Amino acid sequence: MKGKTITELRAAFVSGETTPTKALEETRKVIAERDPEVHAYLETYDDAAAVAAEADALYAGGATTDKPLLGVPVALKNNILVKGKKATASSRILENYVASYDATVVKRLKDAGAVIVGATNLDEFAMGSSTENSAFGATKNPHDTSRVPGGSSGGSAAAVAMGSVPTALGTDTGGSIRLPASFCGLVGLKPTYGRVSRYGLIAMGSSLDQAGPFAHSVADAKTVFDVIAGVDAYDATTHKLGTYPLVPTKEKYRIGVPYAFLKEGIEPDVKAVFEDAIKKLTALGHEVVDVSLPYMEKGLAAYYIVMPAEVSSNLARYDGVRFGLHVEGKDLREDYDLTRGQGFGAEVKRRILLGTYVLSSGYYDAYYGKAEEVRTLMRSELSDAFGTIDGVLTPTAPMPAFKLGEKSDPLSMYLADIFTVPANLTGAPAISLPMGTVMRDGKELPIGIQLMAPHDGEERLFDIGKQLLGE
Amino acid sequence: MERKDIEHLADLARLRLTDAEIEQFRTEADSILAYVDAVKEMALAPREPKVGAHVNPLREDVVTNEPDQYTEDLLGALPKRVGRHALVKRIISAD
Repeated sequence: MKGKTITELRAAFVSGETTPTKALEETRKVIAERDPEVHAYLETYDDAAAVAAEADALYAGGATTDKPLLGVPVALKNNILVKGKKATASSRILENYVASYDATVVKRLKDAGAVIVGATNLDEFAMGSSTENSAFGATKNPHDTSRVPGGSSGGSAAAVAMGSVPTALGTDTGGSIRLPASFCGLVGLKPTYGRVSRYGLIAMGSSLDQAGPFAHSVADAKTVFDVIAGVDAYDATTHKLGTYPLVPTKEKYRIGVPYAFLKEGIEPDVKAVFEDAIKKLTALGHEVVDVSLPYMEKGLAAYYIVMPAEVSSNLARYDGVRFGLHVEGKDLREDYDLTRGQGFGAEVKRRILLGTYVLSSGYYDAYYGKAEEVRTLMRSELSDAFGTIDGVLTPTAPMPAFKLGEKSDPLSMYLADIFTVPANLTGAPAISLPMGTVMRDGKELPIGIQLMAPHDGEERLFDIGKQLLGE
Repeated sequence: MERKDIEHLADLARLRLTDAEIEQFRTEADSILAYVDAVKEMALAPREPKVGAHVNPLREDVVTNEPDQYTEDLLGALPKRVGRHALVKRIISAD
């Protein structure tokens, strides 16, 4: 099922063993074979062939080393804008919306020589943990198509896991890269808030969103991160390295595990995989210690206040006037009500209503104000902890991929994100690493572990990740 | 939450909901709010400033595009268009 890594593909391009055009043909073959069942892609791009042909010529000419992704097929979550292509966010309200510019991450991928092969499915506006909330049908997990790939970047995860592309971009607001990486057996990185430009991402929670890569290896995730990261004049929240204290790599790390947080709710064999990772770290010569992070345990409650509040503000722009769906009413007010009522799906409406509630007069202080205070406390708690430890280790999720339709109650779906939201609320970088498998109904399902580092500590995550995966 | 509470929120949020949706969201809202209520019970330290570590930089206010470079692309996305304008319904009545 697994295709070549970026490292392998690049070596094969340079040696002449294969070409970008042949790699693209392979991508299309895998999509033709697997995607009718998996439904990772919303659209594939015909003009990818011309980009691959240009890369062929460059490799044939020998001048290739300065473009780290030259000829490498890449898929993009469809809430990332590619000029001239549909950016639907898997919503009816943007079903026919065509992007008028490239997101900064897309411009950087193109400049690095990547071949953008297509757009992948997501939970509508990136709201969900299973990719079942797409207006265009659910994506299935390539490891077991009766199960979800995780969400919200489930299409990108499935596209990589089924071997169609070596890497794909997702976005992560509360775990939307790391959860599907865990469920699909991939490396998934949520960068430090502000390391990767949000210009050209369809906004969900603007203080939480970051784009990042899925890959088969830590080395590949680093390659893509290095391409997309950096200051961008079009996103004022991006920052230079040096804004936060330097996070050095070390010979020996001291890793904190918040054991009190892991007492309940984790499926036993998932916990066993996690404990194997701890043993592996110790065997590698690192130290694993207990760390108390009581505010982190309240993260999910704060997240389900902050995020819907930002959602309700960000999605106010879909008014049926400037772009997207327009439904005709008797007056302008009814145009708005009908356009939004018919254009948004259930989960999006649920979060807009919740956000409207927590921001409304009389409730603002009790909910949004408190949640932002919890968030401030989480930040200082984490930064205090990083005074004595070098990273925080947890499972990525309490469970392996669940069945399609299994979590029909929204709250039970939200609980899948319990370990991932603290990184978004605090802005810290976090990576999900494939650490093992568990058996469910005779199928082997991947399990990820999550490592969190201080702000701008991506290099440390890559260092520990490579050691854990034996790269 | 009562039915009228959901209707009020939907009105504020400019969402026309069906009866079935109102009923569904009403029952779900209580369990979600009960969960997020955990933030209220937390013993909170004195209020700290809610600003992050980094400062938002500003760029020079210079024109970076040619006149009309993007105009047609953006106008082309309008659901209802008259010339170079978006068409919306009249909001001021004659009387």
